[in-house]
Amino acid sequence: MAGILVYALHYEGAFNKNSLGAIAEASKLAGELGTEAHAIVVGESVPDDLAAQLGGYGAAKVFVVEAPEGLAQPVIDAMAKVMTDNGHDYAIFGGGLLGFEIGAGLAARLGAGVTMEVTGVGVEDGKLVAERPILGDSSISESRYKGKGIIIARLNAFEVPASSGASAPVETVAVELSPWSTKAKIVRRGEQRGADVDIEGANVLIAGGRGLGKAEGFEQLEELAGAFGGNSAVAATRAVVDAGWYPYAAQIGQTGKTVAPKLYLAAGISGAIQHKVGMQSSENIVAINKDSNAPIFEFSDLGIVGDLTQTVPTVIEAVKAKKGS
Amino acid sequence: MKICVLVKEVPDAAVTKRIDPSTGRLDRSGEKNLNPYDTHAIEAAMQLKEGGELQIDEIVAVTMGPDSAVRALHKAVSLGADRSVHLSDEALAGSDVAATGYALAQTLKRENPDLVLLGQQSDDGECYTIGAVVADHLQAPSLTQVIKIDVVDGGLRCERQAEYGYDTVQVELPAVISVGDAINEPRYPSLKAIMGAKKKPLDALKTADAEIDVALVGASGSQVQCGSFKAPPAKSAGLIIEDEDTNDTVEKIVAWLDERKLI
Ligand SMILES: Cc1cc2nc3c(=O)[nH]c(=O)nc-3n(C[C@H](O)[C@H](O)[C@H](O)COP(=O)(O)OP(=O)(O)OC[C@H]3O[C@@H](n4cnc5c(N)ncnc54)[C@H](O)[C@@H]3O)c2cc1C
Repeated sequence: MAGILVYALHYEGAFNKNSLGAIAEASKLAGELGTEAHAIVVGESVPDDLAAQLGGYGAAKVFVVEAPEGLAQPVIDAMAKVMTDNGHDYAIFGGGLLGFEIGAGLAARLGAGVTMEVTGVGVEDGKLVAERPILGDSSISESRYKGKGIIIARLNAFEVPASSGASAPVETVAVELSPWSTKAKIVRRGEQRGADVDIEGANVLIAGGRGLGKAEGFEQLEELAGAFGGNSAVAATRAVVDAGWYPYAAQIGQTGKTVAPKLYLAAGISGAIQHKVGMQSSENIVAINKDSNAPIFEFSDLGIVGDLTQTVPTVIEAVKAKKGS
Repeated sequence: MKICVLVKEVPDAAVTKRIDPSTGRLDRSGEKNLNPYDTHAIEAAMQLKEGGELQIDEIVAVTMGPDSAVRALHKAVSLGADRSVHLSDEALAGSDVAATGYALAQTLKRENPDLVLLGQQSDDGECYTIGAVVADHLQAPSLTQVIKIDVVDGGLRCERQAEYGYDTVQVELPAVISVGDAINEPRYPSLKAIMGAKKKPLDALKTADAEIDVALVGASGSQVQCGSFKAPPAKSAGLIIEDEDTNDTVEKIVAWLDERKLI
């Protein structure tokens, strides 16, 4: 039976939205393949009733494995055992950093093929075919698997439906961890660096990247957000959050937030895929970048090729003047 | 202790990338350079060595790639590696991520390093998972996207951003760690180091030297078949304004925003 196993990431009692989307997608694909989609939850004392909720998104069965949370390698051990014992041919991940690490390690363990950043999956001749955008999203390539296939989706690739309320049977599986899987230990997880800013409800987001040159560059962006008034906020890229210029809570992208404001104004942001996935659904995207080849211009509605140190202050004055009039 | 740094030759960022229609693979001709993300891994190795908390005797740059990849190794050596290893074989052409990771792991086994470092991603293939593949084959603990490394209790205390915030993880050696670009500011090589790079030892290996099972590599050994390249759904191109006169540009921006009732 060519079943599909989906990794369900959970944290503090809630499932990751992208994992739920992956389960729903897998359940649809399993229907076309004439098989079942199963989910696997790996963690410390995962309650059965939490795991059973995945039935509401289409999991026909949920495997629960007791193992340390927050690291990829124990999950590789767990998924390799469950897939081997139950004959799953495919594993699907909803994206996220752990998904990438687990999926790649699992491919090595099982001798399977792996595709990452997948944006769509279809069925052809009784097998899954994964679509992956390449070359800065200018082309889409299709992956087919000779044997087992591991599909790691791009963030937000799959719709998350409302739960049907169904409950899935839960099977607890004992897995012996590989010796090397216990040689990395979480000391601290989910540390929130910087202020706890709220950007998810904003209609206007003014986002800044490394092109600001220094942490102080964000003061101007805050002033610009202030000039727009109302429901506006300032957002950031991972590059500047890692550098400590702006709080993690304001980060957009793969390992940050996903937003879709009315206006997303990006200043000094290159537009890397991992940033794009968190903001590409914004209604209007305006980019200011001095490099005319910056990838962000490929998906902005209005692109300004120029130095932000000149344009941003002038935009602030102009927006203020406009508001005052 | 020995650190191996995995490096890769990639098309220069200024070169337009394309798929060669005859092979279905990335056209890797044209100007090439050391993957910029890898320079952070070399710098991280140098800082561990200079930090002195671990006794690092040797830093070895390791690559898999065509003959031209030697230049990436020279660059790596100019940035601080003591010597390099070049795995190159026709049999490897067309290897997918899993096959490449296997071949690199076999190559690393000959060196038996205490730590393998690599960059967060490759600039061309848009892949950031090779470390996880290598680690599974080497049976070593592994972490990707690490932005801080401290030596604690003879192991590495690593920090990285994952999906729920920053995680701190204690990793025992030997380990495989990919580093993010925020971890350090790579130094510039000295002229002397650039000149001397070609004289440092370079081991050229074929698949047989690294005991690589050729049935598991190359296009035929890869488990993924890529093909049927197609264009993504067309998105209407945005308006681009070259900022020549800032007042004029800003006037256009404000008019554009105003038209869409965004102010
Ligand atoms: C697994 C993984 C997860 C990731 N998750 C995320 C994530 O969640 N969010 C995220 O944002 N990134 C993420 N990244 C990182 C991502 O790949 C990019 O490195 C990052 O988004 C780049 O940030 P940036 O645009 O600020 O910096 P850069 O890429 O350095 O771009 C800076 C831009 O500023 C422009 N510039 C410079 N000076 C000026 C000036 N004076 N005026 C105008 N323009 C100027 C430059 O031309 C350049 O385009 C992730 C990467 C990986 C591998």
